[in-house]
Formats: sequence, C-alpha cells, structure tokens
Amino acid sequence: MTVAAAYPEGLAPGQAGLSRAACAHCGAPLVPGQGEFCCNGCAGAHALVRGLGLDAFYRRQETSAGTLRPPETLATDFAPHVQAKPGGMMELDLIVSGLTCGACVWLVEQALAVEPDVLKARAALSSRRLTVAWRGPASRANDFARLVARLGFRVAPWSLACLRATEDAEGRTLVRALGIAAFGAMNVMLVSIAVWVGTDMDPATRHMMHWLAALIGLPTVLVAGMPFYRSAWQAIRAGRVNMDLAVSIGVIATTLMSLSETMRNGDYTWFDGATSLLALLLAGRVLDRAMRRRARQSVAELLALQEGTVALRLADGTTRAVPAEAVQAGDTLLVAAGERLRLDGTAEDPVLLDTAATTGEALPREMAPGEALAAGGVNMGAAFVLTVTAAAKDGSLAQLARLLERAEQGRGRFVSIADKAARLYVPVVHAVALATFLGWWLWVGVAWQAALVPAVAVLLITCPCGLAIAVPAVQVAAVGALFRRGVLVASPTALERLATADHAVLDKTGTLTEGRPELIPDDTLDPDVVCRAASLARASRHPLAQALVRACPEAPALAGVREVPGKGLIRGSERLGSPAFCGLPDEQGSGMELVWCVAGETPVIFRFADRLRGDAGEAVADLQALGLETELLSGDGAGAVEAAAAAVGIGPWQARATPADKAHRIEALRAGGRHPLMVGDGINDAAALSLAHVSVSPGSGTDVAQAASDIVLRAEGLTALSAAVRVARKAQALARQNIAFSLAYNVIAVPMAVLGFVTPLIAAVVMASSSIVVILNALRAGKEARA
Amino acid sequence: MNALVFLVPAALTLGLLGLALFLWTLKSGQYDDLDGAASRILFDDLPRKDNKE
Repeated sequence: MTVAAAYPEGLAPGQAGLSRAACAHCGAPLVPGQGEFCCNGCAGAHALVRGLGLDAFYRRQETSAGTLRPPETLATDFAPHVQAKPGGMMELDLIVSGLTCGACVWLVEQALAVEPDVLKARAALSSRRLTVAWRGPASRANDFARLVARLGFRVAPWSLACLRATEDAEGRTLVRALGIAAFGAMNVMLVSIAVWVGTDMDPATRHMMHWLAALIGLPTVLVAGMPFYRSAWQAIRAGRVNMDLAVSIGVIATTLMSLSETMRNGDYTWFDGATSLLALLLAGRVLDRAMRRRARQSVAELLALQEGTVALRLADGTTRAVPAEAVQAGDTLLVAAGERLRLDGTAEDPVLLDTAATTGEALPREMAPGEALAAGGVNMGAAFVLTVTAAAKDGSLAQLARLLERAEQGRGRFVSIADKAARLYVPVVHAVALATFLGWWLWVGVAWQAALVPAVAVLLITCPCGLAIAVPAVQVAAVGALFRRGVLVASPTALERLATADHAVLDKTGTLTEGRPELIPDDTLDPDVVCRAASLARASRHPLAQALVRACPEAPALAGVREVPGKGLIRGSERLGSPAFCGLPDEQGSGMELVWCVAGETPVIFRFADRLRGDAGEAVADLQALGLETELLSGDGAGAVEAAAAAVGIGPWQARATPADKAHRIEALRAGGRHPLMVGDGINDAAALSLAHVSVSPGSGTDVAQAASDIVLRAEGLTALSAAVRVARKAQALARQNIAFSLAYNVIAVPMAVLGFVTPLIAAVVMASSSIVVILNALRAGKEARA
Repeated sequence: MNALVFLVPAALTLGLLGLALFLWTLKSGQYDDLDGAASRILFDDLPRKDNKE
C-alpha cells in the first residue's frame, strides 16, 4: 500500500506540495502572483538566514507548512527576565514555539552564536527551551528575542509553569533508580543462573554464590526500591492501600527471605526476582512519566505564549512595560487596541470590549464609563486608560485560580481502576501468603525458614508485574498515540474519566466557534478589493483588521498607512475603518463591520462573525454516536446560541448562562448521577471545567481554561475530541483485559506457589511472560488513534 | 573454581563501571533533551564566531 492511498484522493501531502509553489521560508502554499514568499515577514526571515550563511537550514527543514511565518510584532520586554550570573554574564531562558526539528535547533543556535557577545546559545528540542548567555547589558535580551522571532519562531519568557513542567526531580530519581535496578538485576542474574544450572555445585561454592547475590541484591533493593517505598508509606499514612504497597511488601519480603536462605545455605536465593521486578516496574514508570511530561510541557508552552507585560503609565505620561503581577490597585495602564486586559479595572471613556472569554458573548459590547471591566476581555476599540481596581493577586483571575485549586484537590479523590484492583487484591494475596506460611510451618511441620520460601513465592509470583504494569502500559500507549494527534492529556486519571463520560456539555464561543472574528464569505465581494483592503489592514493590530488580513494573507504591507485610534486607517484617499469613519450610518451597531472607501468608488462593507469551526457538526455527531448526550451552554444571546445549536445538531441549549449557571448545571448533572464532560475555552467556563467529571479545552482557549482542564486539544478542530473518547474507551477496555488476565494467571500460579513447586527460575519465566503479554496487549491502545 | 576468584570481581567491576558512567551521564543532563540529541549528531559544523570582532 502506498502512502498516498491512506489519504482521500487529491489530499496526499506530497501532491499538494508538488502541484503548488511554496513559500521559500515557511513552506506555506503560495497563491498565484506571489513571487517566492507568502509575506514580507518570510522574505525578511529568508534574507536574514541567507545573510548569516545558514541556508543549509532549508535543505534540512522539517516543519509543517506555514508554522515559521514570523509574527508581526514583539510586544514583550525581555530585559526583566534576564538573570545576572557571576562574572558579568547574563543569561536568558526563552520558550521557543515552532522549534520542531533538528534543523530549527541548528538555525537558532547558529544565528545567535554569530552575535559577537554571545557566549552560549543552546536550544533543547524536547522542552523547546532556549538558553542564551552573553556578556553585556541586560537589554540585549530584546535583540536576541527579536532575532529568533524574525526567523519565524514565537518566543516567550520561560515561565515558572514551564519550569515546573520540565524540571522533574522525581523523574530523574526514577531514571536513576531504573539504572541501579537494571544493573543489580543483570548482575544478580549472572550469579543466579550459575546456581540454577550448576546442580552439582558443591555447597561451599553455592554458599559463596548466595552471598555474592546478597551483596549485589541488598543495596539494589534498598536504593532502587525507594520510589515504591515512599509512595507506599504515603498511602499507609493516608490510610489507603495502593499498588506500590503490594510491590514494596513483595520486594522486601522476598529480600528478607532470600537473606535467610543465604544464611542457612538453602537451594536457591530469590534476589534475582526482587531486583528484576523492580527494574521492570521502574521501566514502566519512567516511560509513563516521560509521556506525561511531554504533554505537560506542551500545555505549559501554550500558557507561556499567552503571558505578557502591561503598559504602566508613569507620572510623566510615558509608559513602561511591566509584568502584570507588579501592578498595584490604583495604577493606570494603557490598553492598546486589540490587547487583552490582564487586570480588573475601570475606564473613564466608553470602551468597546470583546468579552467572549469572560461571558461568552460573541459580539463586542460597549461598556459605559466607570463600568467594571473584568480581566480577560479584549479591547476592540481605541486604546484607553485603565484604572486598576485590584492587583493581580486579588483580582478576579486569582480568585478563580484559588477556586480551581480547591476543585483540583477534590478531584484527587477519584479512584483509578488500578487502585480499585489493588484494594481487593492486596489483602487477599497477603492472606494467602500468610496462610501458606502457617500451613507449611505448623501443619506440614518444616522449619520456619523453609516455610517462608513458598509463602514469599506466593507474594512474588502474584506480585505485580502483570497487575502493576497492566494499567500504566495501556496509559503510555494511549497517551502517546493521542499526543501524536495533538491531544494533550495532562492529568494521570483523565483517560479513565473520559472513558466513563456520558454527557457532553459544550460551550459555544471559542469552542464550537473559532473564537475570533472571521470575514463572512460573500459572493458580491471582489477578491481584489478584499486584498487591497487587507494590505491596508496589515498596519493594525485590531482583531477585525487582522481577520481581514487572514482572508487575504498574501496582501503586501503598504507604506504610509496612518492609524486613527479607535476609528480606522488612512492612506492617501483610501480609508478602512468603522462605518462612521467612512461617513456611512452605522446600521447594525454591532462593531463587527469594516468599511473600505476610496474617493470616487463605492464604499465596500466587510461583515465579520465568529464562525463555527468547520468540523463542529461532525464532532458533535461523533460524540452522539459514541452515546454521549450533548448540550450547549453559552453566555451568548439566545439567537446566536439557537442558530449554533441548530447548525451543529445539538438538542438542548441554554443562552445567557453566567459562569455560576454553568457550574450549577455541571453540579446538577453530577448530582443526577451523570458523568459530565465539559468542553470550554473561556474564563467563564473555568469553574464548570474544574467541577466536571472530565474537562477539555481547545488549544486556542484562555490560559485559565487550559489550566482547569484535564485534556487540551492542541490540534485545530474538535474531531480530535471524539477520537480521544474512543481511545480512552479502548484503553479502559484493554486495562480491564490486562487486569483480568493477570488475575486468571494467578489462579494457576498461586496454587503452584502454595504447594512449593515454584523455583526462582519458574518465577522469573512466569513474571517475564505475563509482563510481555500485558505489554503487547497494551500496545493495541495506540492503534485506534492511528486509524 | 579458581577461575571464579578472578572472573567474578572482573564482572562486577565492569558492571559497576557501567553503572558509574550511567549515573554520570544522568547527572550531566544528557537525558534532558533526547529528541535534540538525536538530531544534533547530524550538525556538521560548530557554531561559528566570525569576523565581527
């Protein structure tokens, strides 16, 4: 089968690239009439790369088309993020979005290394972290960030959240433990195999071999088992039983029994079993963690790109860029057109605010002077002065964050399937082991040391392998497959909860819709006129102007465009702006229109709307096909919500829902015994997201919503959601199968162990084979996502 | 039997050497960027510091 056959006809990736010219920098397809580049930014980036003599980059580049288009502006001030190191060295950490291939790493490092004062530039591909060290003023940071941005990468300061996601002390401990356990297991095996095979070995040699095994085995079990002992201890202190407790008891008991066998020079010691058990379990855990770390890093990257600075107005009327946390109540800020409010405040002038993120209303609203403006809204009008009413830590966003934290703790009570199995399993196994010991010692009448052997064999053989790997292996396969499809699973129990969801509550603005204005397609609009207006619109950051640019991305930027704040753009006799700006009556008053006029031509009206996502209907139908009831819950007006509900085929809908309404609805559903899946992107959805059984937010959502969600869809579109539900269900089924298999095999293995037929060799074979069966079964979880 | 006197310590020493090396690679951060390391080996030229002195 050829690769092309996997795609619908005409959509094979190679063909698209061959038949159409692509931008020489970012690889986006070109429209006829464009030369080599899709936009001025790319032309500039290409010239920069060539000028540095780095054009080898283009031969190795493996980025997806269009991702390397340089951003228009760079608003953040990076100087405050610079760390001064001893010896006059400065260091800056950046998160670089779009750093997806080895060639990108090479390009960024080389481009920075050419700067004369740079001492070190190192980019990490897996964490997208770039560290630049130089000797000189801290303000050079902005030059370096701008350089990387001009190459086409989006940059943001490396935030605390990124640090938490990456600097993974626990992960490192696990890898170290794995190394030690693997070393111990292999070397003990070296000795053990000699004992198993050398049946004619004289007792003195065997005794030496036992001591040798103990010498390697004891420290290994002590050091490498630490992660398990710690987790088991925490569980005991919390009065719970978990799988790690079973592992800990099994390993420690095996070690003690082996020690007693060593001292009395028994036939076999079992150090090999204990150490290889640890090594196998640690390997599973390391993989599990690595997978989840990738997902957490991607979420942190999305969040970091949203962080920024605010323009604080100083006493002399000038502004200075400061982090939002540094602003006090009573300070005044300048909010530029198109900027998102980061703090609560009031304004003295009327303000046109897009409150989609805070209330879910799709149309921007005119706020009266003095009206409270909540953080999260986007300024759709002119720049205005905001008087801050609450510092960041007391503002509405911080309150929400505290609410989310509480909800997060509540969710910690969710019992995963593995823990449920452990609760049943641990007492039963330990009872059987104890009965075996007492049976052999008191009933059969062997020495207590000899009676220990079959009892511990029960512990070791039932132990965990199968059961402890059963669920994590499925998780790793499923989370990895979803990651490749752009679904980031941030919480360890998210998949299990997603699999059991039976009711989907969807938000409209930003979830079912794009969450940003788009030009409404209109046959009467002349494409040339759209492009001429878009050229003008390139000069502005206003959301509507940017929507116009998106409608004609190839429009060249023009020189000599002047922006009249809050009204429009002027270049000679050409004007683009609000209807009033072109002398037309404002009929709708919606603020979602632009008018383009040139002296002597009829004015052209561009209408914008927050369009439904292309795959919204399909995604909803998919969810319904999976047996989830769907409903729409939006803060927007009834008309818009009803239209959206009808268009995507959702039955029940509710309009004008406040954040509290949404949260109540979720609580009501839970109280009714349902397992609601909440999908939302806005600040107004965060409370509902954190209360839901499982929550999902699109990659374009606000940072608060993403932080409140278990799953973030990085890929465009919603169809990934139904795929995620399908994978989660498959994973759940496989986890059950694995647990059932482990139990079934114990039914055979335990009686053998109780009767004393199990030797360390049999234990090793059984343990390894059950693990392999369980892992192979788990790998099937990834298949569903690829199909 | 006599062979064991040499072979067992030799095997253990080599094993421990491997373990020590592993712990060193871990400590020096060589597992922090596995994806990057995979492609870094293909960079044929060191970062240049040219003429702009």
